[in-house]
Amino acid sequence: MSDFAFPPGLLLILGAFVLPQLQGKARDVLTLALPLAVLAMVWSLPLGSHVTLDFLGYQLEPAQVTKTGRLFATVFSLMAFIGAIYAYKQARLLELCAAYVYAGSAICVTFAGDIISLFVFWELMAIGSTLVIWSAGTDAAYKASMRYLQVHLLGGVILFAGVVARVYATGSVEFTAMALSADFSGESLGNALILVGFLINAGAPPLSAWIADAYPEASPSGTVFLSAFTTKTAVYTLMVGFAGEQILIYIGVYMIFYGIIYALLENDMRRILAYSIVNQVGFMITAVGIGTELALNGAAAHAFAHIIYKALLLMSAGSVLYQTGVRKCSQLGGLFQTMPQTAITGMVGALAISAFPFTSGFVTKSLETSAAAYEGHVVVWFCMVAASAGVFLHAGIKFPWFVFFQKDSGLRPPEAPLNMRIALWVFAFLCVAIGIYPDPLYAILPYELDYEPYTADHLITQFQLLLFAGFAFFALLPLMRRTLTISLDFDWVYRKVLFGLGRWGSTKFWRIDQLLRVWILARIQSTMVFLSQFAPVGILSRSHPSSSMVLWTVAVLAIYLVFSFI
Amino acid sequence: MLNHLPILQVILPLLAAPTCLLLKEARLAWAFTTACCMATLAISVMLLLQVIDSGVIVYSLGGWQAPIGIEYRIDSLNAFVMVLVSGLSSAVILAARESVAKEVGADKQVLFYIAYLLCFAGLLGICATGDAFNVFVFLEISSLSAYTLIALGSDRRALWAAYQYLIMGTIGATFILIGIGMIYMMTGTLNMHDLAERLPEAAHTKTVFTAFTFIIIGTCLKLALFPLHLWLPNAYAYSPSIVSAFMAATATKVAVYVLIRFVFSVFGVDFSIDHMPLQQILLVLSLIGIVWVSIVAIYQTNLKKLLAYSSVAQIGYIILGFSVGTVLGLQASLIHLFNHALMKGALFLAIAGVVYRIGGCEFSQLSGIGKKMPWTMAAVVVGGLSLIGVPLTTGFVSKWYLVSALIEAGWWPAVAVVMLGSLLAVIYVWKVVEVAYFGSPEDGYEGAYEVKEAPLSILIPTWMLAASNIYFGIDTRFTSTIGHLASQTLFGAGS
Repeated sequence: MSDFAFPPGLLLILGAFVLPQLQGKARDVLTLALPLAVLAMVWSLPLGSHVTLDFLGYQLEPAQVTKTGRLFATVFSLMAFIGAIYAYKQARLLELCAAYVYAGSAICVTFAGDIISLFVFWELMAIGSTLVIWSAGTDAAYKASMRYLQVHLLGGVILFAGVVARVYATGSVEFTAMALSADFSGESLGNALILVGFLINAGAPPLSAWIADAYPEASPSGTVFLSAFTTKTAVYTLMVGFAGEQILIYIGVYMIFYGIIYALLENDMRRILAYSIVNQVGFMITAVGIGTELALNGAAAHAFAHIIYKALLLMSAGSVLYQTGVRKCSQLGGLFQTMPQTAITGMVGALAISAFPFTSGFVTKSLETSAAAYEGHVVVWFCMVAASAGVFLHAGIKFPWFVFFQKDSGLRPPEAPLNMRIALWVFAFLCVAIGIYPDPLYAILPYELDYEPYTADHLITQFQLLLFAGFAFFALLPLMRRTLTISLDFDWVYRKVLFGLGRWGSTKFWRIDQLLRVWILARIQSTMVFLSQFAPVGILSRSHPSSSMVLWTVAVLAIYLVFSFI
Repeated sequence: MLNHLPILQVILPLLAAPTCLLLKEARLAWAFTTACCMATLAISVMLLLQVIDSGVIVYSLGGWQAPIGIEYRIDSLNAFVMVLVSGLSSAVILAARESVAKEVGADKQVLFYIAYLLCFAGLLGICATGDAFNVFVFLEISSLSAYTLIALGSDRRALWAAYQYLIMGTIGATFILIGIGMIYMMTGTLNMHDLAERLPEAAHTKTVFTAFTFIIIGTCLKLALFPLHLWLPNAYAYSPSIVSAFMAATATKVAVYVLIRFVFSVFGVDFSIDHMPLQQILLVLSLIGIVWVSIVAIYQTNLKKLLAYSSVAQIGYIILGFSVGTVLGLQASLIHLFNHALMKGALFLAIAGVVYRIGGCEFSQLSGIGKKMPWTMAAVVVGGLSLIGVPLTTGFVSKWYLVSALIEAGWWPAVAVVMLGSLLAVIYVWKVVEVAYFGSPEDGYEGAYEVKEAPLSILIPTWMLAASNIYFGIDTRFTSTIGHLASQTLFGAGS
């Protein structure tokens, strides 16, 4: 059988090109069957590498099954399936196909046993996700997608340089743990560049802003797809490549607080959730930085659970947007009356993200905090716990409260369409099911795990935390109520200042260029006059453009000769 | 028969050209030219296989032995370049019939095919010969016919462009001739193999230094290295579309071959790289060229001109690999030589299709063309992705080898420039995509509604090249093996 092995993600990518050729029922069936087929393939392949390809003289292993990769591939294909259910009646065909290419490449990344095929699918992911943003069809989405693409292209070239340097220095393309060191050998430089490339996709500082900038501009279903794959594949690659790197702890903690602060200041409901992605990925990266088996299990489990509850929250927000067309919290409210199912499932997601006991967030995030505690990272542990309260504030209460309750906005939208509700309920069910019975999830984690989340002190701590955070929210409600504000993020620096500098620079550039040209032309002219006095034929002075070409030739020749003789 | 392959290769198109004159009708001339190109392609492939199999082939013209007579010397390097030239010429000529019928005046079409064959013969002759003076002769044959080809463009500026190219090309050829004359003076031989043996004795003289400089500058002019590229954009932009494709895919590549041949085989690695400031100068010029010319390309509003500038930038990559002065660097150079010919061949042929339908390729005319000519523009996108260096296209392979070579040499700043260059390529390729797919046909010119897909006779060759961009991006055995073989031979022969 292993002769027929095939990277499962590729099936989804190829399927995306078949879908537009089909019509009606056949297309619906294939849309739903593809992710399930991928899921089946992911689990039918035994651990180990199955395919080798020759490329550039290296052995590529595009279908290598590892426990970590399989875990991520599982949740990715699950996400593609539910996302497709959520999207397929409402989204454009382009969006669905792009999302499948995007999801398929993310799955391929988790199956890549070498860094070349990893890079290939990494780039494909950037293209797929850009198309997803585009297909929202608005002008804002187009502009956002361009900014998004620029960030990812930058990440792509950095990653590429790193990959080449590493492969050149080590002679091996295998994707394994890569140590950072302070020397300037080709290998350590390569590793550092690879790390930077990964971190850009994870939304690490200083380029964290692309997540909250681009994701909310996509269509209701597009944002759901986007939230799942890019940052989580980055977490996956960091887990494999850079587990235990100290620097990741600091980056992660920064991201945790960055996400909370900006989410609290934000008014757009989906942007709140986008900032909260940065925050949640911060938890995972911190855990990767801690690097013990428990921490890595925690990061993987958290990523698994996070994809589900974040998608649930965004689907809930997306349904509201789809039904009302309003995205600002300050204009929403009181929707519980007419959209109870959307509200309830949204609240389940909100509880899960706040790590409320008996939800998936509780049983996964506690692995990470425990890992920090066991390793004696007191400050980190304290930050994580404090941040959990912050998460409850911005995502756990703020989002449902302002959208579904608070004052009545007067909006009376009907309940979301059936396929959207099905998707909502499935993920809401999963959030609770994992929370109550985490053992199956624990069983597929990368390392053996012996952990009991439901101990008395743990439960009490968590309840206290949530209670006080909830209390704080309502006490500070007047401060929390958002008006139409814009929060300035770091991207202001490169979108406005650098752009302005660039524009200023380019006008100056042309000015200088013009002056230079005039000057050079004048010089040429005088040279020609000078030459024509000596040359009787004066062939060089016939037309300016030709003469300037010749001048260049002579100049290069002269320079060359001078250099040759000294 | 098999023994005569090296000469047959050159003589076939050279004799076919005057024969073409007898065929009064353009269609016949086209069929004849195509058959001739195909036959030459078959010969060059056989030669390459023979070289891989049994090493260098030496062929003495007319039975006169080397120092007195002219010899043709086929090794893996020129066999590779000849396959490239004849393959691309065949693909381009396949697409030529309808495009030429539309863009070239009826009375000049037969002339077009004659010039095409002459130029083709000249390019192959440059590759095949082992005689330095013979290189100059064939260079003139190919150049003179190239000026004619460019001047056949329907745009009146074509004449001006051809004239400028004529001036610059002549200067370049003269420089090469001066250089060859000087080394002849010092060594008394014109045979490259002999030159390589006798030059070291005279290597310290100022005459040889000067000769080297003249030859390098002359070839750099022909291959349009920044800042000696100024003739190229107009020549590509105003010539008939088929000629743009032909020139972009073959002419500059052969000039690069001449550079490599003189630097490595004639002057030798020791002299060229250790004694002369070749590396430094070429490195600086190629790096500036990559960035500067890519920026210029971004500001173009004519698709052909944009691609012409992008060609100059891409030549920068080829020369950059060359200037590293290592086996890996030269291999990267040769691979990109091949790959860039595929990219530009596909792109310019696709443009030939566009020009066939709408009569021009100003951006203002191309608005929304992606919906009207989906297959043609898809080929442009494939070619564009390859220019950027997206994985699974040939551009990625080139970039991989080039960056590897730069890292091997520890030239990190150059790596950064290459990366910057590929980001700039994203911008100019994107500009085309944006116009073609996001503009609406109403913004275009009036007849835009009636525009149909390009005729199959142009579309099929275009897609053959576009598909080979993907094929050689995935299966890299051919390019990397031959590139490695050739560069190893050159370094082995030089030391």
